[in-house]
Amino acid sequence: MRLKAEMGINDRYHDRDIAQRLVEEIVELSGKLARQVRFMEVCGTHTVALRRHGIHSLLPPNVKLISGPGCPVCVTPSGYIDNAIRLIEEFDCTVVSFGDMVKVPGAGGGTLAGYLGSGRVRIVYSPSELSALAGVIKGPVVFLAIGFETTVPVVLAGFKKALADNRKNLLLYTAFKTVPAALEFLLADKSHRLDGFLLPGHVSVIIGRLAYAFLEENENVSGVITGFEPVDMLVGIKSLLQLVSNHETRVTNEYKRAVRDAGNPTARAIMDEFLEPYAARWRSIGNIENSGLRLLPRFSDFDAAAVFGLKDEMDTDAPGCLCGSVIQGKVVPSECGLFGTVCTPDRPVGPCMVSSEGTCAAYLKYGA
Amino acid sequence: MDKHIRLEHGSGGVLSRELVEQIIYPALKNAAYPALKDGTDVSCSPSMCMTTDTYVVDPIFFPGGDIGKLAVFGTCNDLAVSGARPQYISLGFIIEEGFPVADLSRVLSSIAEAAGEAGVAVVTGDTKVVGAGKGGGIYINSAGIGEKCFSGDLDPAGLHIGDAVVLSGPVGAHGITVLGAREGLPVGKSLVSDCANLFPLCNELFPFGASLKFLRDATRGGVAAVLNEIVAGLSVGILIRESDIPVSPDVEAAADILGLNALEVANEGVFVAVVSGDAADSAISKLAGHPAGKEASVIGTIVADPAGKVFLETRIGGKRMIDLPRGLLLPRIC
Amino acid sequence: MCLAVPLQIESINPDGTASVKQANSLLEVDISLLKNASIGDYVIVHAGYAIEVLETDEAEVRLDMFDALESGNGN
Repeated sequence: MRLKAEMGINDRYHDRDIAQRLVEEIVELSGKLARQVRFMEVCGTHTVALRRHGIHSLLPPNVKLISGPGCPVCVTPSGYIDNAIRLIEEFDCTVVSFGDMVKVPGAGGGTLAGYLGSGRVRIVYSPSELSALAGVIKGPVVFLAIGFETTVPVVLAGFKKALADNRKNLLLYTAFKTVPAALEFLLADKSHRLDGFLLPGHVSVIIGRLAYAFLEENENVSGVITGFEPVDMLVGIKSLLQLVSNHETRVTNEYKRAVRDAGNPTARAIMDEFLEPYAARWRSIGNIENSGLRLLPRFSDFDAAAVFGLKDEMDTDAPGCLCGSVIQGKVVPSECGLFGTVCTPDRPVGPCMVSSEGTCAAYLKYGA
Repeated sequence: MDKHIRLEHGSGGVLSRELVEQIIYPALKNAAYPALKDGTDVSCSPSMCMTTDTYVVDPIFFPGGDIGKLAVFGTCNDLAVSGARPQYISLGFIIEEGFPVADLSRVLSSIAEAAGEAGVAVVTGDTKVVGAGKGGGIYINSAGIGEKCFSGDLDPAGLHIGDAVVLSGPVGAHGITVLGAREGLPVGKSLVSDCANLFPLCNELFPFGASLKFLRDATRGGVAAVLNEIVAGLSVGILIRESDIPVSPDVEAAADILGLNALEVANEGVFVAVVSGDAADSAISKLAGHPAGKEASVIGTIVADPAGKVFLETRIGGKRMIDLPRGLLLPRIC
Repeated sequence: MCLAVPLQIESINPDGTASVKQANSLLEVDISLLKNASIGDYVIVHAGYAIEVLETDEAEVRLDMFDALESGNGN
């Protein structure tokens, strides 16, 4: 978009000449490899950003980018939404959520959007608003705490502030997930045929480059920590190609301006203060060891699932829905018979189509 | 006069008359139409255009405007992009019981001001009151008529490869401003709706005659929606260039933070026009000569391929589709 | 899952927030997840919180790389 004022620090990362030069290098590297290379972008924000900037149209045909399970909405079982609706209908709670979850249908077909008009569901942009909201709303206020490691410390910071403000009525309904465990799970299926991962830049800001050490030690797959501007993503792809060309298996950091080796210690400390790992349930996949984070027992008074006796979320995919395979990168959306016909963003069958970062929604919107 | 609207204000009796005579008439009557009857005679020319639209914006008052200003300019703009000069407006109010009369007066004042600026007369209207909880404060239906002053077709079927796609001004301001105001988002405190009367700008293009091939204001769904509507079912497509799209830094910054796209967001003071390729420069300079058209730009071209679709050449030289926006406009963190 | 933008700190407030420049207006962000933040720093903001300070040395190294690319000197 044409700007009247300088964007400053991000300008270079949108520079056309730099981008074109990187594309030439990518074409050269992949030409020498003379085989198909398959890289997975783990993060839904990458899935969208790659397409929004038209990067797929610039890549040579033998460089395949596969979308992975990096959409926290898409990997949350449908029963989570049904439970959230129960919180409103049966337990008289006010549910507060990021905008992302509000359009997602539960197994029963209902969404939270229908409760916006009555104020039983409120949208926030930031968890910093939670304490004040809990102060003005009577009765229990339950925040839908979903997200990967980028979002987890941010939610906890908002929660911590509410505790300090003595808001006894603010609870969290958590469905936090972690990336490294997801990567291990994906790689455990030896048919994955992946040459490398485009690693999520902002998750990495929190967890640090060293959190991916297991990739170097155990697996034959490289990872490049990548930012989200167009030039960042081209640099990430180029670096992966270089590693593959050199037969190296490493994790490198191409988002050094934001990602440190040890991540953000303050953020990691707040996660340790409130949460413990557990085997979380991933939609259509099942339980993955160590892949989730839940409130420690001493915070059970603030744990909505404990307080209201919410059952484990059911996980039912509608017949014909291939979201489970899509999020594991096993099929592309166009291979799903419902894609774009029966299943569209206005009438979604599965979460991959309704979430703003869902793989199916991104492919349909930007043209795969 | 009561401080809040009561059901009785809508039931046609004494209180209805009080409301109309003490609050509504004084704000809206004008010298030409002092009586505001149920049916008002208006003089028309042989070729007239009529439109209607209903306004349910939430919140009612937002930076840069309110439901009243929208109700006038929105309807005038529908006439303008249909090639007509707006002349007469009717207003139907549906007011919720309990709505503050002071707010009603504020809305009426906006309507009067906007009508004055647009040179249109409010000639007739109606008021109903619904029970508390049954309406968003106030909803307004507005119908408008005006005489045709452009006889060209304005039908997308007449588009040719090489025609230029023109945007009259910077995009995204209205939708993001209203969303921010409604949801109490902390972004873009300097954002202001672009709500404006488009007839003067459209009028700059009418003399282009057959070279002006299409006009539409980019309201709900934004520019993305209009572009898709243009080529739906046609054997041509549209290619626009990201680096040519005018957008203010404030709108773009707010959109980035909220995870929205300024192309998909409603505008109330921007239109899309298609002119023949050889008329593009001249159209831009006509628009740019007008204060409201300073940022007018050629943003793209009608192309052969792919037919029926809209594509964007991104800043880095990539290409991707622009789809019809779908679903609710909500901020996201993912 | 990682929508975040770089914004520059204009001032730091006593309550643990900072005002960051967002084009022509200011946005309040919470900086309690940062060990150190100073006026003039660029921070990455996610959902109203600064999650890291951008390292300008690194940013400048990166810019040098761009200069090299632009002038065709390779890496």
